[in-house]
Amino acid sequence: MSATPSHAPDALDRRIIAATQEGLPLVPRPYAVIAERVGTSESEVMARIRALLDTGGIRRLGAVPQHYALGMRFNAMTVWDVPDERVDDLGPAVGALEAVSHCYTRPRHPPEWSYNLFAMVHGRDQDTVEARIGEVAATLGGAVRASAVLYSRRLLKKTGLRLPAGDDEFPHPESERE
Amino acid sequence: MSTVPSTAHSDGLDATDRRIINGLQGGFPVCERPYAKAAADLGLTEDELLERLQQLVAAGYLSRFAPLFDVERLGGAVMLAAMAVPPQRLETVIAQVNAHPEVAHNYERDHGFNLWFVISVLDAERIEAVAAAIEAETGLTVYRMPKEREFYLRLRVEA
Repeated sequence: MSATPSHAPDALDRRIIAATQEGLPLVPRPYAVIAERVGTSESEVMARIRALLDTGGIRRLGAVPQHYALGMRFNAMTVWDVPDERVDDLGPAVGALEAVSHCYTRPRHPPEWSYNLFAMVHGRDQDTVEARIGEVAATLGGAVRASAVLYSRRLLKKTGLRLPAGDDEFPHPESERE
Repeated sequence: MSTVPSTAHSDGLDATDRRIINGLQGGFPVCERPYAKAAADLGLTEDELLERLQQLVAAGYLSRFAPLFDVERLGGAVMLAAMAVPPQRLETVIAQVNAHPEVAHNYERDHGFNLWFVISVLDAERIEAVAAAIEAETGLTVYRMPKEREFYLRLRVEA
């Protein structure tokens, strides 16, 4: 399904992930608070977090912005039906556009869903987003058999990684915020 | 790296808030007093930074102050999924979908396929169980949209 895991988390890592996934404690010694929650020492928590940073299990540590609240309200999922044999040349071209933050191929679900190329376009207002969608269309040119633009109407949920609920091995993180 | 627009917006953020949001998206220290260290780099005191962060999270400018995990690197998996929900059932189905802790993001979108969410799990084989559970609860198809190929990936918020 994806990249080979370079750091399979053990039970303590999982407890640390569960205890931090909704937020680091906003207190002077956050790692000591986590250590208390998961039943280990502050230095062990710091060592585990450093190891997760080193191996990429934690991509970064810090403020996770809420783009909606920060003015990036318009996000458009643009979807395109292009011939599979063109994906090799069109995918990188679309992915390289300044206007596009993510570009993927995904399976079609005919007859309801015929689109195989997804490009995410963001912007502060609709005009900006529409101009950027135009760039994607121009890049794909005549290869497009059908397309659609799915604007976000509402953000209904946004959390980070969540460990399954009801897993008694893990202390339950703080309640949901959204 | 994301940059909060510095131009005036009705977003209620002052210059210090912007400095915190833009400066602290990564690289938070791993040491005994990390907020004190990060605050010093930003020209703030530990108390000031903690208070600002509490406010930014409470007001929703930050979804959280936390590690950003790479689920796939951790041996887990993420999958995009879509549903075509009859409009009169939408709120009920949203609640059913969101009730699953494995559902990380969920958007209503402007299309017949009107619900788009990401299932994120540490144990890759659970993806299918979550999708199947949602189908059983709602009686609706969950269209699996796993990424097959990825072309470039970056997070950009205009400066």
